Amino acid sequence: MQDDTQPAVSERELSRRSMLKGGVAGLGALGLSGALDFAESNTASAATRGKTIKFGYVSPETGSLAPFGAADAFVIGALKSLLAKGVTIKGVTYPIEIIVKDSQSTDATAASVAEDLIKNDKVDIMLVSSTPDTTNPVSDQCEANQVPCISTVAPWQSWFFGRGASPTTKYKWTYHFFWGLEDIEAVYSSIWKAVPNNKTIGGLWPNDSDGDAFASTTTGFPSFAKPLGYSIVDPGRYADLTTDFTAQIAAFRNGNCEILTGVPIPPDFITFYKQAASQGYIPKVATIAKAMLFPSSAQALGSLAVNIGTEYWWGPTHPYISSLTKQNCAHIAAAYEKSTGDQWTQPIGFVHALFEVAIATLKSSGEAHNKSAFVSALSKLKLSTIVGPLDWATGPVPNVTKTPLVGGQWRAGNTQSGYALVVVTNDQHPNIPTASSPQVIPGATV
Amino acid sequence: MIWTNAVIQGLLLGGLYAIFACGLSLMFGVMRLVNLAHGDLGVLGAYFAIILVEHLGGNPLWTFAAVIPVAALVGYLLQRFLLDHALNGGELSPILVTFGLSIIIENLLQQTFGANDQSLNIGALSYQSWKIASDIYVGRLNVIIFVVAVLVIVALQLFLSRTPAGRALRATADNRRAAALSGIDPKRTRAMATAIALATVAVGGLFLAMRSSFAPTSGSADLLFAFEAVIIGGLGNLWGTLVGGLVLGVAQTVGSQINPADGILIGDLVFLAVLAFRPQGLIASRSVAVR
Repeated sequence: MQDDTQPAVSERELSRRSMLKGGVAGLGALGLSGALDFAESNTASAATRGKTIKFGYVSPETGSLAPFGAADAFVIGALKSLLAKGVTIKGVTYPIEIIVKDSQSTDATAASVAEDLIKNDKVDIMLVSSTPDTTNPVSDQCEANQVPCISTVAPWQSWFFGRGASPTTKYKWTYHFFWGLEDIEAVYSSIWKAVPNNKTIGGLWPNDSDGDAFASTTTGFPSFAKPLGYSIVDPGRYADLTTDFTAQIAAFRNGNCEILTGVPIPPDFITFYKQAASQGYIPKVATIAKAMLFPSSAQALGSLAVNIGTEYWWGPTHPYISSLTKQNCAHIAAAYEKSTGDQWTQPIGFVHALFEVAIATLKSSGEAHNKSAFVSALSKLKLSTIVGPLDWATGPVPNVTKTPLVGGQWRAGNTQSGYALVVVTNDQHPNIPTASSPQVIPGATV
Repeated sequence: MIWTNAVIQGLLLGGLYAIFACGLSLMFGVMRLVNLAHGDLGVLGAYFAIILVEHLGGNPLWTFAAVIPVAALVGYLLQRFLLDHALNGGELSPILVTFGLSIIIENLLQQTFGANDQSLNIGALSYQSWKIASDIYVGRLNVIIFVVAVLVIVALQLFLSRTPAGRALRATADNRRAAALSGIDPKRTRAMATAIALATVAVGGLFLAMRSSFAPTSGSADLLFAFEAVIIGGLGNLWGTLVGGLVLGVAQTVGSQINPADGILIGDLVFLAVLAFRPQGLIASRSVAVR
């Protein structure tokens, strides 16, 4: 009995003991303590077992967005044993069940699996991550069906305004944490200005929701960069999964674009950049959203990937600690690499943080199955998470809180892919350490 | 100059489409079978090459020597043990079987390799180029792909017109029953066609993997372009397939030059126009036979 208070108990041990106790002492003995234990339940015998709290989790595990969902299994697996012990609220321990659904990288499937989770699985809380195509339809379903929803990994404008909100809109059931376009603009310009160049930008913006947002002359990069003295060559929106980029390459080369930026999907950027190099165009500095987030893209580009920049939302050198497991960022990244054999990726921290937020909100709401109390607690939540401090009371708009964003570049490194993403600028968040400063791309032709 | 450049790059791109398409064309010509798993089989070849390189190392160029014979063998067995049965099941069943095969391959690849984009890294060759005018560069790899495409199609033509096995293929394509009556083993002939088709699409898959990148689901997009190339050129006609690939490539690059959003769309429009106004294809065969 006394080992009940030790945080690390294996699942097998747990169930064996639970069964023994269940047989002998009934419900009263089922107080299972662990790292999730909250003050009230320190005496195991005082806790009773409550009705299971169900979490629904939607993310793209297959399809073109799958690299975003690749960390899910690890993160959820690592938390599952912790969560299976349940969360104790006012002396009652509630087991937690996580039901994971795959959006298959389409918004239609995301909406239908969310509906399924709400109507059939009757989830208490919805969690969703990875790109507006996933977060928006799931959030809309939750708002319509009055289910609390915590969303992440989509620029907040895409999540907030992308669902038809105005700046004064207040969603009742859906909340979001991530950075916004203003942050990525600031981060990219901090990389551009660190490398001497002619201030001419080539924009590789596709014909999709991200491309439209980035290329917008009223709210996107052109409106941000032109007042700073940059000129922009924008050959126009192109279709995703284009096989040939001759037209764009010619425009950038003839326009002498020493800066390249864009938000292509990974296969398009790999095709574009290899073709650009073969047609005599390598920029001095490149900041590529989305496509260059993952080590697989760097590996596919080979030595061409060196010094390509991208936005850096989370990584092993971030100075934050999980409120659930007390691990720091380096620990979590290392555990991921050890468990999967793959190189760490940025979504790991945010998926972890989703569960941190859900548990902390449950705890602060003081009720296990009260949806209104949950969202009310969420709107006031202040929490230090593995991705940084969150505080919905001070967001740019209601329902949104921002996470810190810094700039990264790929370097050759002793990693699984042979390339490592390192922090090179931290102008907005000097507490996040840089590993290097922005470097010019080797072999630049313009 | 911009337009000349667009046309040249389009022709080079068309070479890749032609390699992808010629096997599809051959299988349709010989047994009226539209292989919906064609693109996925090419991607499968690329993953095989990835495994080989991971375990044996070296520049991925050597994997052609290993992947091509294996692909041919797989094609032979696939025809003997699966597609032949499907062909006996009526008109719809080969389409359904190859469609199912496509789904199975994509999902198995996803399970095994994950969804990440991969690339066969052949070093500098993938981005080195020759400068042929002040602002026209042709990628060395793209030129190699184009030359290989032409060579493959010429070799296939010679094989079909000059060798007994080729004659058997053509005879089967023209009239299956008459060919069988003259002593041609239709099973063996069909298996040979599929073996050749898979060998060529594996070449296409490897080139695709070197030129850009691939993922488990890339096969579907490749199938679409290959299919368009076959229709534009003329069903079951290898020269037509080459021409079709080139026309599609040029339509896409010139289309993108007009408006970057419309490159693929203009390729599709050319395909639709050919279907509407010249359904026999740009280079029409007298029958649908391979000749």
